[in-house]
Amino acid sequence: MEKEKHHIVPYKVYFFILLALITLTFMSIGITQINLGGYSVLGALIFSTIKSVLVLTWFMHLKFDQPFLRFMVGFVALVFLAVIFITFLDYYFR
Amino acid sequence: MEHVTQHSDPHFDQEASKLGMWLFIFTELLLFGGLFIVYSIYRFLNPESFQLASHELNPVIGAINTIILLVSSMTIAMSTSALQKKNKGLTVLLLEITIMLALIFLINKYFEWGVKFEHGIWPGSSHLVNDMSKGEILFFGLYFVMTGLHALHIIVGMIIIIVALRRVQKGTVNPDRPSLLENAGLYWHLVDLIWIFLFPLFYLIH
Amino acid sequence: MQTATPVPHDVSYLDYQGKYKGIFAWIFSTDHKRIALLYLYSMMTMFTVGVLLGLAMKLELIAPGRTIMGPQTYNSLFTVHGVIMIFMIVIPGLPAVFGNFMLPIMIGAKDVAFPRINLMSWYFYVAGAFLVLASVLFGNGTPDTGWTFYAPYSFKTGTNLLPAIFGAFILGFSSILTGLNFIVTIHRMRAPGMTWFKMPLFPWSLYGTAWIQLLATPVVGITLVLVALERIFGIGVFDPALGGDPVLYQHLFWIYSHPAVYVMILPAMGAISEIIPTFSQKHIFGYKAIIASTLAIAFVGYFVWGHHMFTSGMSGTAQYTFSVLTFLVAIPSAIKVFNWISTMHKASINPDIPFLWAISFIFVFMIGGFSGLVLGALATNVYVHDTAFVVAHFHFIVFGGVGFSFFGAIHYWFPKMFGRMYDKVWAKVGWAFFFVGFLTLYSPMFYLGMMGMPRRYYDYLPEFHAANILSSLGSWVMTFGLLIIVINLFRSAKNGAIAPMNPWNGKTLEWTVPSPPPVENYEEIPVYGEKDGPYEY
Repeated sequence: MEKEKHHIVPYKVYFFILLALITLTFMSIGITQINLGGYSVLGALIFSTIKSVLVLTWFMHLKFDQPFLRFMVGFVALVFLAVIFITFLDYYFR
Repeated sequence: MEHVTQHSDPHFDQEASKLGMWLFIFTELLLFGGLFIVYSIYRFLNPESFQLASHELNPVIGAINTIILLVSSMTIAMSTSALQKKNKGLTVLLLEITIMLALIFLINKYFEWGVKFEHGIWPGSSHLVNDMSKGEILFFGLYFVMTGLHALHIIVGMIIIIVALRRVQKGTVNPDRPSLLENAGLYWHLVDLIWIFLFPLFYLIH
Repeated sequence: MQTATPVPHDVSYLDYQGKYKGIFAWIFSTDHKRIALLYLYSMMTMFTVGVLLGLAMKLELIAPGRTIMGPQTYNSLFTVHGVIMIFMIVIPGLPAVFGNFMLPIMIGAKDVAFPRINLMSWYFYVAGAFLVLASVLFGNGTPDTGWTFYAPYSFKTGTNLLPAIFGAFILGFSSILTGLNFIVTIHRMRAPGMTWFKMPLFPWSLYGTAWIQLLATPVVGITLVLVALERIFGIGVFDPALGGDPVLYQHLFWIYSHPAVYVMILPAMGAISEIIPTFSQKHIFGYKAIIASTLAIAFVGYFVWGHHMFTSGMSGTAQYTFSVLTFLVAIPSAIKVFNWISTMHKASINPDIPFLWAISFIFVFMIGGFSGLVLGALATNVYVHDTAFVVAHFHFIVFGGVGFSFFGAIHYWFPKMFGRMYDKVWAKVGWAFFFVGFLTLYSPMFYLGMMGMPRRYYDYLPEFHAANILSSLGSWVMTFGLLIIVINLFRSAKNGAIAPMNPWNGKTLEWTVPSPPPVENYEEIPVYGEKDGPYEY
């Protein structure tokens, strides 16, 4: 277990991430104003997903952490999506 | 089998503490995950009522709260950088800003819930149960549970940040041992992460 | 953080005198070995309660009609029996006792990663247990919903359900913290040179288990919170009158509670994977296959929850998906059995007590597993759903699997834990009574279920009488065996012969430390070289 080196993120990087997040927020508001029918949820969720990826990689430092942490986060997300998918096998086909 | 003595300080392992925090975050995600499953099923079963009920919520307040949380996420992320750059004053200042923003979020939430109560909408209220459709009852039931649980996490997060702030001031959280501050940050980003999904799912249904 | 006072390495963890005296030396101790014993004793207390409730139910069923209790009492009994046995015995069982005790020693660490969180999770366990008992003793009536708390009855019943739900929630939290601790410990604290594929199989099974504890428990946590909110505020999520869907409750409940079955059985399999190579004095057959099957069971087991709900009215697509996935889990389970048997092949077997428990585990586990296939297949499931067949099946898995493995593990590691040997003759007698009693108790239920006797009734039709008498007789024989085992172990912990460091000639690391182990296990952390491994005989 050697001492893992610590990456110091410059302030301005955080600031640019924040700008991106706020822009995406407005974009998700915008896309839900357009009448896309059933797809508007999808649109909003895509923006939310992009936002959460930004938060995870930069704010939560996954970019600078060991790769297995990233792997774990992805694994947990996949497990959760699989659970939702299987639950919908019941409700969608009922 | 030969033996070696363990390295200097066996009781402190920064990576372990970070990994532990991440695992805890996973349980929190799955805790909310259960609620998101409930939400998605009921929205699928009652699309019109969810849309109707959503008009009761004010997307402007929701958007303001979103931005507040995003900014607070940035300030606490910056505070870990400030700590590593050995700038104690800035670290403290950024943490104080974070706590203030969290408080503003809660105040907004308080007024938001207050408006619902004024309109006679709370779980089990006669207006909700007698005058509204089943989908709307479910929408508001989930709205109160999910935003309520989220607000609870905001309060817990504030407490953790206050503790971290104290420790930074005392010097027990320092550039060599930043774990508590970093974990407080991770927890706070989790709160942000959940709100990123709550906001469009409740406020932006058109 | 711990103070820097040096800890003596020649004092065993049982004799160590720290800051606190008397009972406080135990309940304030962050030593993983003492916490393991705290769990052991608290679990034995709860287990006694659970066994007594089970005995009372079997006594009620010895004759049709009312024997010693009415329907309401019977409903309460199976509820409390289920909640105690599931949430307080078999879910925490092997991880909390043997995982806590052995995991750090087996991977060459001085303690778990977060000793104080470890102690805290025991406090949560005790708090949860008290809350569940409080729901029995106080308020207006003992919960009568069954351990599943199915909606909508769980928020309609007038009984004292809230403390039980809250207790189950807290027990879940205790389980999460234990799992979190184990994952971090395994990731960060393995001895130098012990790569992932040199780690013994019991820690591997705990690793798979810990992930399930971590990812599944929160879902039931939030579900129980929703039931509580439904009871208090009427939020409507599971109430059909308010638009909710009770079947969704079942989904959420089993999203946790089916993986929980693997929280129970994986560490049980892990302990068996330790016992078999030691008593065969052979390298375990298919080491990597066992690891792969552990992880496969943990992963696939997460997606099979719906086979508890085949008659709930869910869609056909969901039904056969769940059925297929359920059959998939049988494959890795069979791989394990195959590997255990192959390890024994052409080995010079030492048929000592732990080995007897291990092979009887394989026997009852296979019966339980095969009856599980009957239940996993859609057509037969509909026929035997909610009958005594199901009760027989899950007792063969949960009590037969986990219970036999637990007793095997305690007879295996007892010399290490207490530094004493037990009386082997009495241990064998106890095992024989237990094994015969177990089969007599639960086998007739397969027949009864096939004949159509429903579960969860205090009464039954006269044609089921004979088999029920047999089953009740079995419950007495099994309890008698249990008494012999427990008394023998208790007496031996005090007066048994002093145990050597390695009584079974095991090759895993726990046999390289004195019995009982010193306070911090190792004075110097062991190092695994190129040729070292857990099963190199």
